[in-house]
Amino acid sequence: MKKKLLSAILCAAMLASVLAGCGGNGGSGSSTGGDANAPAADEGGADAGDDAQAPSDAGDDAQAPSDAGETSGDSGETSYAILVKSAGNPYNKKMIEGFQEVMDAQGATCVVKEPEEASAEAQIKMINELVAQGISSIAIAGNDADALQPALEQAMNQGIKVCCMDSAVNADSRQLFVNQAGIEIIGETLMEAVYDITGGEGQWAILSATSQATNQNAWIDAMKQVMEDEKYAGLELVEVAYGDDEYQKSVDQTQALLTNYPDLKVICAPTTVGIMAAAKVLQDENSSVKLTGLGLPSEMADYIGADDTHSCPYMYLWNPIDIGRLTAYVSLALVDGSITGASGETFTAGDLGEYTISEAADGGTEVVLGPPFAFTPDNIEEWKNVY
Amino acid sequence: MKKKFSLKSITSSRETSLVIVLILLCAFVQFRNSAFLTPGMIENLFKNYAVTMIMALGMMCVLLIGGIDIAVGSTLGFSGMCASLFLRDHTQMPAIVIFLISIAVGTICGTLIGLVISYGKVPPIIATLGGMYVFRGLAYLVAKNEWVSAYQFTDGYKDFAQSKYLGFGLVNNLIIITILIYILFFIFFKWTTLGRKIYAVGSNAEAAEVSGIKIHRIKIMCYAILGFLTGLCGAIYTSLYASAQGDMGTGLEMDVIAACVVGGVSLNGGRGSVVGVFLGALTMAIVGRALPLIGVSQFWQTAIKGLIIIVAVILNVLAQRAMDKNNLKGREM
Repeated sequence: MKKKLLSAILCAAMLASVLAGCGGNGGSGSSTGGDANAPAADEGGADAGDDAQAPSDAGDDAQAPSDAGETSGDSGETSYAILVKSAGNPYNKKMIEGFQEVMDAQGATCVVKEPEEASAEAQIKMINELVAQGISSIAIAGNDADALQPALEQAMNQGIKVCCMDSAVNADSRQLFVNQAGIEIIGETLMEAVYDITGGEGQWAILSATSQATNQNAWIDAMKQVMEDEKYAGLELVEVAYGDDEYQKSVDQTQALLTNYPDLKVICAPTTVGIMAAAKVLQDENSSVKLTGLGLPSEMADYIGADDTHSCPYMYLWNPIDIGRLTAYVSLALVDGSITGASGETFTAGDLGEYTISEAADGGTEVVLGPPFAFTPDNIEEWKNVY
Repeated sequence: MKKKFSLKSITSSRETSLVIVLILLCAFVQFRNSAFLTPGMIENLFKNYAVTMIMALGMMCVLLIGGIDIAVGSTLGFSGMCASLFLRDHTQMPAIVIFLISIAVGTICGTLIGLVISYGKVPPIIATLGGMYVFRGLAYLVAKNEWVSAYQFTDGYKDFAQSKYLGFGLVNNLIIITILIYILFFIFFKWTTLGRKIYAVGSNAEAAEVSGIKIHRIKIMCYAILGFLTGLCGAIYTSLYASAQGDMGTGLEMDVIAACVVGGVSLNGGRGSVVGVFLGALTMAIVGRALPLIGVSQFWQTAIKGLIIIVAVILNVLAQRAMDKNNLKGREM
């Protein structure tokens, strides 16, 4: 008797959670059709965490309008999707905000997808959902460069425009890559910062994320290349340490750098967790070593300052809102046919200005947003509330 | 006769074998880099690894009853995030309140897992695998995709991990907390009935039940203790690193379990000691801290870490075998 009751309760609980999940999906589904209430739709997407339930229900719901769209030809509803790496990251959220802002201004409808975990599998599932919904374009920040190829190729075969931003998928699975900042520009900017803070000579070190992170390694290589210039002859790169983007390990690595190189002048950390951990260590130990690199302004606000009590005089990052905006303009241009993603084409991205498509290092094409944005003691107060 | 007996027990105990490994390791590192064994370095080591050390004790409770908990990383993320969000929205709150919130959330998470395991009869690894996803998801949900940044924490909360007022100006607060908890648990496992009951359940659950121990209660209590300590560590983590992110503590469960295993806690339950866990966690901390200091290539460090864990466990098992053999010899005579 007791067992029966228990199983009945469990069944009821399961049913309730399924219903709740579908409710959440219904919310985000409606944004596909009507004029999107942007924040609510976003919330709905995040809430509908149980993605396992999503395909069955949302898919069925969405199938009907997409069929209708096919019969009425291209003049039917166009909608633009953005698919980020994962939920739970304010950086991704800002990118979505920028994307939604442009789409809302253009009166276009957009669909936001945030996988619960940062995996290629979760993204493939969502791409298939979007294809089934009959979306016009997909803008994706890839969790894997190659694994998404079959799903994205299938999407492109069905006439869906595919571009990627922030983290590229390989050249065959996209039409265009919206690059947050060219590798060379980042290398030059960071080297210039190290040169400026050290005063032109002395020891410096790099604190990176994992030794396998593609973007980190590309930036580090770019910095090394820039350093071959005679101007930087007085600078000595003593070590490239890897903190794996974990606090505990980054703290260990920073303290080891301080111990092993007493004459160290600057640490350059082109990774958000690494720079935060290093900033905290340097500030807590009242170290004379200074820090620069790429970091989130909100996380770094406590450590940026011109005086000796702050460990970081200034640092850089691109503006994720602008990435979202530029990606939105690219999606719009791809869908209305004004660009095809070929090298040499130009288009106007609203306030952001004129952009030219160029060859990317991986054989595909890209547009580069611009040089990274500097966060200084003067502007950090306003930016820390943004992202 | 008596002296000979004590000498034998020292050379063949698991803890001693670990102490020898540790001394060798420290001596080697000190030889390569004389800056290793300095007061500042040791303080930093204990500060940075307080979380691993405290959670290893909780994990030991769970391992002792033959369970395991791989949800601790997520529990830490969830409890730390709840507390940090509360602090962000109520900046006048003293640090102690934030710690209590984190501890409460952690304890509730642990108790829930314990209930599912003991009354739902779900295997611990499955129940905590589920818990791992549930609590991580909840951490994202309560934070609404946002992080709590350094400037949003109060100075009192951030200073807690850096100042020494609990240690009367001599020792860092976190180190004092770690030491106190270890002393408490040493007493708990050595001299209290409840502590001994945990061992009883772990070595033979049926015998323990027959002798009148309420197994369900002990199991739930063990998971609750782990939850309590994880909650405490959630607050320590956010206070120490002055940042709360939804994905914090990912992968921490493996470090904690490794610390226990190196410290001689058996995954089959019933075997393990507070001193062993301390040494195990210390080994993990020293390995993590020392490898960057001795100039090993970055690419080798992770592999060497694994190697040291395996060597420590092998030595440990050999010592245990020798001990068992000795005990059996005594019986034959």
